[in-house]
Amino acid sequence: MGLTLAEKIIARAAGTVSVAPGDLVTVRVDLAMAHDSSGPRRWRPRLEELGAGLWDPERVVIVSDHYVPAVDLASAEILQGVRKFVADYGVRHFYDMQGICHVILPEHGHLKPGMLVAGGDSHSPTGGAFGCYMAGFGATDMLGIVVTGETWMDVPHTIRVDWNGAFTSGVTAKDIMLFLCRALGMDNASRVIEYGGSTIEAMEMEQRMVLCNMAAELGADTGIIAPDAKTLAHIRAHGGEVEDDALDWRSDEDARYLGRHAFDAAALAPQVAAPHSPANSAPAVDHAGIRIDQAYIGACVGAKLDDLTMAAEILRGRKIAPGVRLLVAPASTMVTRAASETGVLGALLEAGAVLLPSGCGACAGMGAGLLADGDVCISTTNRNFKGRMGNPGASVYLASPYSVAAAAVAGHIVDPREMLAERAGRA
Amino acid sequence: MSELTSAAGRAWVFGDAVDTDVLAPGHLMKLPAEELATHCLEAIRPEFSRAVRPGDVVVAGRSFGIGSSREQAAVSLKLLGVGAVLALSYARIFWRNALNLGLPALVIPDATRIAEGDQVTVDVAAGRVDNRTTGESWQIPPLPPHLLRIVEVGGLMPYLKSRYGRAAASAAALTGRQSG
Repeated sequence: MGLTLAEKIIARAAGTVSVAPGDLVTVRVDLAMAHDSSGPRRWRPRLEELGAGLWDPERVVIVSDHYVPAVDLASAEILQGVRKFVADYGVRHFYDMQGICHVILPEHGHLKPGMLVAGGDSHSPTGGAFGCYMAGFGATDMLGIVVTGETWMDVPHTIRVDWNGAFTSGVTAKDIMLFLCRALGMDNASRVIEYGGSTIEAMEMEQRMVLCNMAAELGADTGIIAPDAKTLAHIRAHGGEVEDDALDWRSDEDARYLGRHAFDAAALAPQVAAPHSPANSAPAVDHAGIRIDQAYIGACVGAKLDDLTMAAEILRGRKIAPGVRLLVAPASTMVTRAASETGVLGALLEAGAVLLPSGCGACAGMGAGLLADGDVCISTTNRNFKGRMGNPGASVYLASPYSVAAAAVAGHIVDPREMLAERAGRA
Repeated sequence: MSELTSAAGRAWVFGDAVDTDVLAPGHLMKLPAEELATHCLEAIRPEFSRAVRPGDVVVAGRSFGIGSSREQAAVSLKLLGVGAVLALSYARIFWRNALNLGLPALVIPDATRIAEGDQVTVDVAAGRVDNRTTGESWQIPPLPPHLLRIVEVGGLMPYLKSRYGRAAASAAALTGRQSG
C-alpha cells in the first residue's frame, strides 16, 4: 500500500518507513517557528523553570509580527522581550517587524519539500505549499518542541482535493477556499488536505500558499501540495538550497485517501463569506449591495505581492467611495518594496488607500484598523469569527483582493468581475 | 478518582464551532491571563465568567476551539475553574493545548443529551461521564495513555519537568499553574 505525501514526511520524521492514519508516533522536528505573541514571552519563564535551553537554536525561527510596531508600553515591552530572548538563547534566524511569519519563512528560503515544521501559529499550514508538513501548535506544545526537538502526532488521514481547468477572470485561490469552507465544512481535525489538479499546477506559489493557509479554516491539521519546478525555483530564488530529487516528495499512485473531491475551476464564481464564519460563504452576487465602512487588505493570506497586484488591477485609475476607509497592510516589508517598484503601491495609494505597517494587524484583533460596534468590513483575511477584528458587534465579510478592492470603489459588496470587464471593455 | 482528572459541576451547553476569538478575544491578549479570562465567552454568554463555578463542565458540539493557536483559550477556561470540556469534536490545536495545560478535553458522542445546568461528573482516567440530573451515564473513548499521563500530572510543563528538568516536579507545578 502506498503512502500519501503527508504520511511519507511523518514516517521519515518518526524514523520509520511507513505510518498509517491513527498511528501515534514521536517525530523529530526539522524547524520550529514562533512569533512575538506565542513564542519567547511564553517560553522564557518556562525555560527558566525547567533550567533548559533550545534544542537547536539554528532550527528555530522567531518572527515579531503580532505587536508590531509597538503602539503602547505593553507591546513595546513584549517586542523588547523577544529581542532579548533571541540574544540570550542564540537564535540567529530572527525577523523583527519585517512581515508576517508565514510569509517570512518562504521569503527567506527556510522551507523545502519533505521537512516537518512546527509553527506556533494556527496558520502554519501555509508552509504546506512548499511540500512540507507544517502544522500549528500552542505555546506550551511549542515549548516542549523547542526543548526536546520532538513531539507526538496522531497520523492524520489525507483528503485529496483536485481543482481542474482555468479560472475565469476575477476568480482566485481565495475563492476556492471560501467555497471549500462551505463545501467541506470546518470539522476536519485529524485530516490533511492535499491539493492537486491542473488549476493548482498552473498557480504561482503565492496562490498555493492561500490554499494551504486556509486549510486552518477547514479545521484540518494542515494543507499540502506536492512540489514541482515552480516550488524549487521559488525556494532557490529566495536563498534556499534544494536538490532536484526533492521532487520525489509526492504521494504514491496507490496512496490511500480518506476521501477525494474534484471541482471545476471554470465554474467557480467570486465568493464572499458573511459573518461570523468562513463557512458562511456564497457567490459574491448573493451579498451584492451590502454597504461597507471599511475594506481591509492584509494578513498572511491576503496581502502578498500577488494579492496587492490583484487589488491594483481594480483600483488603478479609480477612487474609493466617499465614506469608505481602505486600509492596506502588506504582508511583509519585502512585499511593500516590490509593490513600490512595480507601481502597484502607487495605484493603491492614488485610489485612496491608507498604508499600514506589515504585520498581523487588525486581522488578529491587535494592530491598526480595528472595528467599532456596528461597523461593516470586507477583508482579504481568513477569519471572521465574532470579535475577530476587535468588536463583537462588527460584521466582517471575507473575500478575495479583487472583491475587497471592488467593494471599496463601489461602497458596497459587488461581483468584482463587473469592474474587471469594464476595464477590459475600455482597453 | 484523582482531583486532577475529575470534574463535578453544572453543565454549560454551547453549540458547534465555539472559536478562539470568543474564548480569548485577540484585542485583549496583552492583558494578564486572569483578566483575559474574565472575557472568556462573553461575546456569546456574557454572564459566563462571573457565574461559572469550579468543577463546572463545558459541553459543546463540533470543532470546539476552532481558530487561533492561542493557548489562552484553554488557559482562560482553566483559570475560571472549568473542570472538563465535553464535546462532539475539537479543533486539533485547542485539544492539544487543553491537555498540555491539564484541562481534560474529552470527546463524548452523546454531548447533545446533556442539558444546560445538568449536574455532571467526569472521571477522566476511567472514561466515565455521569449526568446526575437525568441518571444517564456514558463510557467514553479514553485518552491515549501518554496523554492521560500528561493530564494526570497537571500538564506538559510538570511532565517535562519530571522527564527533562533538573528540578523534580514541584507541588505548585502539580496544581497545573502556568505562567503567562
